[in-house]
Amino acid sequence: MEPLDLEVDDSSLELPSDPMQLMMGPSHPAMHGTVRIVLDLSGETVLKADVQIGYLHRGFEKSCERGTWNQVFPYVDRCNYSSPMLNNVGYALAVEKLCGLTVPERCQYYRVIMGELARIADHLVCNAAMAMELGAFTPFLWWTRAREMIYDIFEEETGARVTHSFARIGGMADPPNKHFKDAVRAALPKVLAANAEGVSLLQNNRIFMDRTMGVSPISAADAIALSWTGPCLRSAGVPYDVRKASPYLVYDRFDFDVPVGTTGDNYDRFMVRVEEITQSARIIEQALDQMPDDGPVNVDDPRFVFPDKDDVYTTIEATIRHFKIVMEGVPVPKGEAYGYTEAANGELGFYIVSDGSGTPYRVRIRPPSFAIVGGLSKLITGQMIPDIIPTFGSLNMIGGECDH
Amino acid sequence: MAKKLLDILQERFGASVILETHSHVGDDTAVIAPEHWREVALFLRDDPRCKMSMLVDLCGVDRFDQLPRLEVVAHLHSIELNHRLRIKTRIGDEACNDAVVASLVPVWAGANWFERETFDMFGIRFDGHPDLRRILLYPEFVGHPLRKDYPATKTQPLVPYREGDDVLGKLAPFREDEGLSFGRKHLDYVKEDQ
Repeated sequence: MEPLDLEVDDSSLELPSDPMQLMMGPSHPAMHGTVRIVLDLSGETVLKADVQIGYLHRGFEKSCERGTWNQVFPYVDRCNYSSPMLNNVGYALAVEKLCGLTVPERCQYYRVIMGELARIADHLVCNAAMAMELGAFTPFLWWTRAREMIYDIFEEETGARVTHSFARIGGMADPPNKHFKDAVRAALPKVLAANAEGVSLLQNNRIFMDRTMGVSPISAADAIALSWTGPCLRSAGVPYDVRKASPYLVYDRFDFDVPVGTTGDNYDRFMVRVEEITQSARIIEQALDQMPDDGPVNVDDPRFVFPDKDDVYTTIEATIRHFKIVMEGVPVPKGEAYGYTEAANGELGFYIVSDGSGTPYRVRIRPPSFAIVGGLSKLITGQMIPDIIPTFGSLNMIGGECDH
Repeated sequence: MAKKLLDILQERFGASVILETHSHVGDDTAVIAPEHWREVALFLRDDPRCKMSMLVDLCGVDRFDQLPRLEVVAHLHSIELNHRLRIKTRIGDEACNDAVVASLVPVWAGANWFERETFDMFGIRFDGHPDLRRILLYPEFVGHPLRKDYPATKTQPLVPYREGDDVLGKLAPFREDEGLSFGRKHLDYVKEDQ
């Protein structure tokens, strides 16, 4: 046998020790959402992470400057496709703030109930996706079924399962159905039961706990400095909730708690969402009891609200009104306003600037996901690759709103 | 409460720094001279009467017909004292030159991505930002789309479109003045010059 013709000296036997660069995404099977993370790795440890977003950028803000104020609703639907109703209501409230409108009480309760249902659906999806990425497929199926019950209510009310475009400036597109309260009362216990059942599979599950507890913790001070809001901020122990801190709609009339975590790790974020589902259900129950059965849903202001269809076809005044709202848009006074609400992921802000015409001069969305994903690289630096998956899942990045 | 904030600012900095204040529909606003942008932000964060611990949002606005043309708008919130304030500053000439302002990243770490987005969309440069790259758009993108003189119908594909019948016409989100309300049609910047 011939000897190998190799000149082997000591140094070349050392393993290369340069950091390895790995592109995770933009469509990675273990991560929902289109995002790319450029990782510098030493072994499996993340030395540096560069989170790159923008794959779902659709020019939301530019598009808003083209239509009328009411034509923005379909766009905000698509910003957060997990809980579009909360975005609808958030945008409507911001414009109504600038216009000085207050919707009737029945509409306020209606918005609260629909919004809280959307919040439950959003949290269910987030937790379900997070569990599934850790290998727990059963809760995903159960919670998707529970979400479907909520979507059935939405479909009954708005005609659409996901993209409702249901809110209007000065009210809602339609009043609640006759059986709205019964439908919600019937579905809510089933949703809560499904939620509790799924949680019971995960809460004390060894695998789930090992992969989430103590993984990617964040301190309260860091979370605040990174502009985090919502469940992710509360999991770090900051009891800040827009519904409590500056109540909008009728949130000051309900008795509910703001769940907080202690360490801000993945498990805390998961459990905060679980608990918020229960709190949302409490709000819905109280709101159903307090909501008046009759009364107007839209404001009594002909400049903002469509006239009755019967009148449009029979009287010239109503025809003109209808025409003006469609063609010119609702008259939003000149000025600027920042309207903020508690969406499923945190504070959803709309900074709107009007030049007095029927078209927005500027609609700026402050998506909660954007700030939260901005902190992702800080969370995963120093962690292992497998920890990225639950961390990313627990942050609940919604590509539509994060990428505008 | 927040009205008091404006008084505190005016008392501390005076009219040469706090150019203008107003409170409209419950939002308090202070317009700050651009060269004092970070100094005022630091004061707002650290002063025990303000305690603006969180930068909620930072964005740009293109005031097409005004000078200075670009606005940087930041919304601040104090978790401890539960009050809010909007601060803004105005920079840039007609062509958006000299649109530079100090970065707020040393004050609030969360400003990082918001400033990158504002740079991406308006071309406002943030002095002292650790990593000022485009964030939502790709590096090859030319121009800053949220400026009013950037046509909404313009497309910049990274990969060229295929040859064929009217692909381009289908791709643009709007035709000419489609989707515009009557109130805006007389304005110059609406007209497409593609």
